[in-house]
Amino acid sequence: MNINHILNEMNKVDADLYDRIDTRRSALRDFANMSGKVALAAVPIAFGSLFKKAYAGTTGVADAAEILNYALTLEYLEAEFYSMALLSPNLIPAGAASQAIQTISKHETAHVNFLISAIGAVGGTPVDKPTFDFSAGNGTGEGPFKTVFSDFGLFLSVAQTFEDTGVRAYKGRAAELVGAGAYLTAALQIHSVEARHAAHIRQMRKNYGSGVGNVKPWITGNMSGINTPLVQPSYNGEDNTTIAGVPIVNINGFSISADAASESFDEPLSPADVLAIIDGFIV
Amino acid sequence: MPKSQITQTRMEANQKEIAQVSRRKFLGFAGAATGLIVVASSCNKNDSPTGSTGTADVDLGSGDFGILNYAYALEQLEAAFYTKVIDSPYSGIPAQELAMLTDIRDHEIAHREFFKTVLADKAIGDLEFKWTGIDFASRDSVLATAKAFEDLGVAAYNGAGRLIVMADYLVVAGQIVSVEARHAAYIRDIISNGTFADDTVVDAMGLDGSKKPLEVLEIASNYIVTTIDASNLPTY
Repeated sequence: MNINHILNEMNKVDADLYDRIDTRRSALRDFANMSGKVALAAVPIAFGSLFKKAYAGTTGVADAAEILNYALTLEYLEAEFYSMALLSPNLIPAGAASQAIQTISKHETAHVNFLISAIGAVGGTPVDKPTFDFSAGNGTGEGPFKTVFSDFGLFLSVAQTFEDTGVRAYKGRAAELVGAGAYLTAALQIHSVEARHAAHIRQMRKNYGSGVGNVKPWITGNMSGINTPLVQPSYNGEDNTTIAGVPIVNINGFSISADAASESFDEPLSPADVLAIIDGFIV
Repeated sequence: MPKSQITQTRMEANQKEIAQVSRRKFLGFAGAATGLIVVASSCNKNDSPTGSTGTADVDLGSGDFGILNYAYALEQLEAAFYTKVIDSPYSGIPAQELAMLTDIRDHEIAHREFFKTVLADKAIGDLEFKWTGIDFASRDSVLATAKAFEDLGVAAYNGAGRLIVMADYLVVAGQIVSVEARHAAYIRDIISNGTFADDTVVDAMGLDGSKKPLEVLEIASNYIVTTIDASNLPTY
C-alpha cells in the first residue's frame, strides 16, 4: 500500500484535511520521514492514529464523508473480489455455491453504488477504487493467497475473512455515527447484510472442506477455522466475553460457556487494525 | 474509572428521565396505537393513584434506557422461544441442528441477561408470552417462527440504532445485531439453502431491513401477553 498515495487521495476528498492537521504539520512531516524507515506492516497503524488525531473532536459533513469513504474502500475490495471469482473458470462449483456467490456479489456491488451516492449526498467525493492484489502480495501477484481464484477452499477462506472483517470494521466506526440519523441506519443495514454473508460463507466452508474445525455461522473464541496464521488479526479480540463491563460467562447463574459468550457478541475492529489487515491486498 | 462504574453513573443520570412516566402522555398514545397496548385486561391498575404505568403492565421508559428496555423485551421473547424449542425439540431433529439451535438459545439468553444486568433497577420485569399458532413439534413451524423472529430482531436493531445517544450502547447494539443476522442467515439456510440474504430481506440497494420500535412491537405483541407502553421511547 502506498501511504502517500492514500494521504493524497484523502486530501482530495477532504480539502480541509491538511488544515485540520496544520498544527500537527510537523507530526505529518515526521510521519513521512518515519514511513520510509519503519517496517511496512507498522505503517497503517501509524497512519490510522495520525488520521484519528486529525479528526479528533470534529463532527459534521467531512466526518460522514470520510467514514463513508472508509466503508466504500472495503466494499470496493469485496465487490472486486467476488466479481473476479465469478469470472474465474472452474473455481466455483455450479449450483448452490455459484448462486450464493452471485447473491453476495450482487450485494457488494450494490453497496459500492449506494455508498458512492451517499457520499455525494453529504457533499463529499467518493474515493477512487484502489488497485487490488488478492494474492495479498502488494501488487506482485505472488502473495500467500496467489491461488485464491483457482483453489475453492482458499477462496472461501479469504471470503470468510473479508466478511468477518467487514462486520467488525463497520462496528469500529459506529460510535462516530451517533446522531447521524439515516446514515447510521444505512450503515447498520449494510453491516447486517455482511453478517448474513459471513454466516453463509462459514456454512459453505463447513460443508465443503476438511480441516475447518467446528466452524459455525458465528465466531467462536478467536478461532478462524482457517489453517493459516495470516488471517488471525481478523479474529484477535473476538474471544472477548466482557461486554460494557458485564461478564457474560455464566451470567446471572445461567449456564453460558466462554465459547457461547464470545459467540453472542461480535467485536469491533479499529480502522488501523482493518487497514493493516487489508494492506497486502491494496497495491 | 471502571466500565461498570461508568455504567452505573449513566444509569443514575438517566434515572430521572425514566421515572418521569406520564400517564397523560400514555393515554394520548393509547388512543393512537391501540393495537400495541391492550388496555382492557389491566384496567384495574388505574385505580391506584400512584400507578406510574397507566394501564400497561410495563413501561419501557425513555431515552437510551427506554431503547435498552425495548431490546431487553425482544431478547426476552427470543430467549423464551428458543428455550422452549430446546426443552422439547421437534422429532427427528438432526444432531447438528440441535447443536446450532442450542447455541442460538444460549446467545439469546446471554443477550437477555446482559440487558437485565445493565438496566439493573431500571429493567422492566419478566414478560409473559403466548405461542399462538406455533407447533413446537413441527420443524417447519419452529423454523418459520425462528426466521421471523431473527429477521425482526435484525430490523429492530437496525431501526433503533439511530435513537441511541450513548456511543457505548450503540456499539453493543452493533455487537448483538450482527449475531442476530448470523442466526437469521443460518435459520434461513436450513429452511432453504441459499436464502440467507435473499430479496425478501435485502433490497435492491443491498440494504437489510429496518423497522421503528412501534412497528416491531406491534408484530411482537402477537406473542406477548404483557402489555407494553412504548410511548416514552424516542422517535424519528
